[in-house]
Amino acid sequence: MSILSLVLVNLGRNKRRTILTTLSVMVGVFLFCALGGVLDTMNRSIQLGSLTRLVTRNKISLVFPMPYSYRDRLAAVPGIRRVGIQNWFGGVDPKDPHNFFAQFAVDDNFLAIYRPDVELVEYSTPQVETGVPEGNDPRLASFFQEQTACIVGKQLMVKNGWKLGQTITVSGTIYPGDWPMTIRAVYVAKRKNFGEQTVFFHFKYLDEKGMGGSKSIGIYVLDLANPDQAATIAKTVDAMFVNSSAATLTESEQAFQAGFISMYGNVPFVLRVIGLAIVFAILLVAANTMMTTFRERTSEFGVLKTLGFADSTVFGIVLAEAALITLGGGIAGALLAKLLIEGSGFSMNGFLPPMSVYWSTVLVGVGIAVLMGAVSGLIPAWRAANLRIVDALRRVD
Amino acid sequence: MPVEIEVRDVHKVYRRDTQEVPVLSGLSLQIQKGEYVALMGPSGSGKTTLLNLIGGIDQPTRGSIEVSGTDIAKLRGAALAKWRSRNIGFIFQLYNLIPVLSAIQNVELPLLLVKMSGAERKKRATTALELVGLGDRLGHFPRQLSGGQEQRVAIARALVSDPELLLADEPTGDLDRKSGGEILDLLSRLNKEFKKTIVMVTHDPHAAERADRMVHLDKGVLSN
Repeated sequence: MSILSLVLVNLGRNKRRTILTTLSVMVGVFLFCALGGVLDTMNRSIQLGSLTRLVTRNKISLVFPMPYSYRDRLAAVPGIRRVGIQNWFGGVDPKDPHNFFAQFAVDDNFLAIYRPDVELVEYSTPQVETGVPEGNDPRLASFFQEQTACIVGKQLMVKNGWKLGQTITVSGTIYPGDWPMTIRAVYVAKRKNFGEQTVFFHFKYLDEKGMGGSKSIGIYVLDLANPDQAATIAKTVDAMFVNSSAATLTESEQAFQAGFISMYGNVPFVLRVIGLAIVFAILLVAANTMMTTFRERTSEFGVLKTLGFADSTVFGIVLAEAALITLGGGIAGALLAKLLIEGSGFSMNGFLPPMSVYWSTVLVGVGIAVLMGAVSGLIPAWRAANLRIVDALRRVD
Repeated sequence: MPVEIEVRDVHKVYRRDTQEVPVLSGLSLQIQKGEYVALMGPSGSGKTTLLNLIGGIDQPTRGSIEVSGTDIAKLRGAALAKWRSRNIGFIFQLYNLIPVLSAIQNVELPLLLVKMSGAERKKRATTALELVGLGDRLGHFPRQLSGGQEQRVAIARALVSDPELLLADEPTGDLDRKSGGEILDLLSRLNKEFKKTIVMVTHDPHAAERADRMVHLDKGVLSN
């Protein structure tokens, strides 16, 4: 036997209580890390933005469109290689309106710009061999031949049980009516900021059927030749339209994502508060357990001291018991959060990259567990260490 | 015979809220090395307090206590704990074994404070348990033992670090006559064969008769 085995034996003294306390710490740390994972994912969506791309939107708000005529003027700015178009469609699944997924109408250039970010895993063979617009993957030939074709992320395909070549129907909310689309390619993301739960279809389809040819644009994506020129080009672009009816705001993809995330308002703050509230509640549970343990074993601490155990040794034994309970629960909870959250592939219907829990969040979770152990064990450990032997032995339990 | 315990003009006063309760009032006592002394007296006479002071688990309000030449009233904290672990073996009325530890683990407890291999610790604990006649009960837990057996485990725990002085507080107080007799036989044997100095608090005149000397206390002073 050793001091450590003495600690372990004591933990097994009331197995049900030890297991329940460990589980409560595990659940608390799991929830803390899971909520932290939401914040991690939000941050990640910002950090993963490309440095070679700028996003131009209406300066007033993302919901206001810009004229299509900007496209050619943007393309003429030195340093911009390509200008892509991306419009939010906002349709719903007519069979199940709660089955939300993102749809974007995009032009040929958009797909060329984002070509490095995705990998096609399935695609239809075209009936006739034709080329594809410059810069695009030749395997998209079938998609480019058909105005109602679409490209779908792999996760969304799996989630809805869709097959390549299947025609799906989306009900428009901004652009009313049923919108049949045929799946001509399936992609997976090479970069995790590019979700796999999105449908991309031809801007031309949206323009002709939904806009009556007015060609209103949600955002322009600018592909730069040299990322070092990003700030200069952004200023140049915004200066071009400053006195127009739709002044623009051009920013890096990262800044655009950050602006998008900021629309969540105080959600990150609320998540942090909820996480800390959970931790505090669990801390009280753990502290109560440790105090109960101390009260039940007061005479035993007296015996240990009588046998020659120093106050510091008794302090260490009690603290170690608290630390092992909380550390065990904390490590299990934090790792479980990482495995389950990341394994789920949840991505808020494509609005964010797949959820992830950073290792730093896991470490913070474990650190909080250690802190819980220290705080919950400190008072009983201190009281056990400062217990007078004669008082402890006088107790009859 | 050299003096093992020298108690000089010891006073002990307990404080209950604002009230002071004197328990020992200028008590002096000498106990020789190898002597077996029974402390007797009515409840509240200060027997257990004196035993606690000799064992260094309580401090006198005034006076000095020397055990084997060490003035223990001057020792504090870790130094006092270390001294206790090396010099004193305690035996309690209610045995005070750790319920989740087996007999051998309970006996090993004092040895955890000494640098010693696990195998050596186990060997010494086994020897101590064999000495008290429980060599066949090493893995038994306190709940699986009778009262007399539990007290023998407690005696083995007191003996395992080979202290010169054994302090027993009503060691037979919770036992039937037969088991109590066996415990007293064991203590006598430890005194005679192993030359242990024993100070035993007891209310039982039959138990006290086993000792070399009886010391009576009344109201915090020696009455004989």
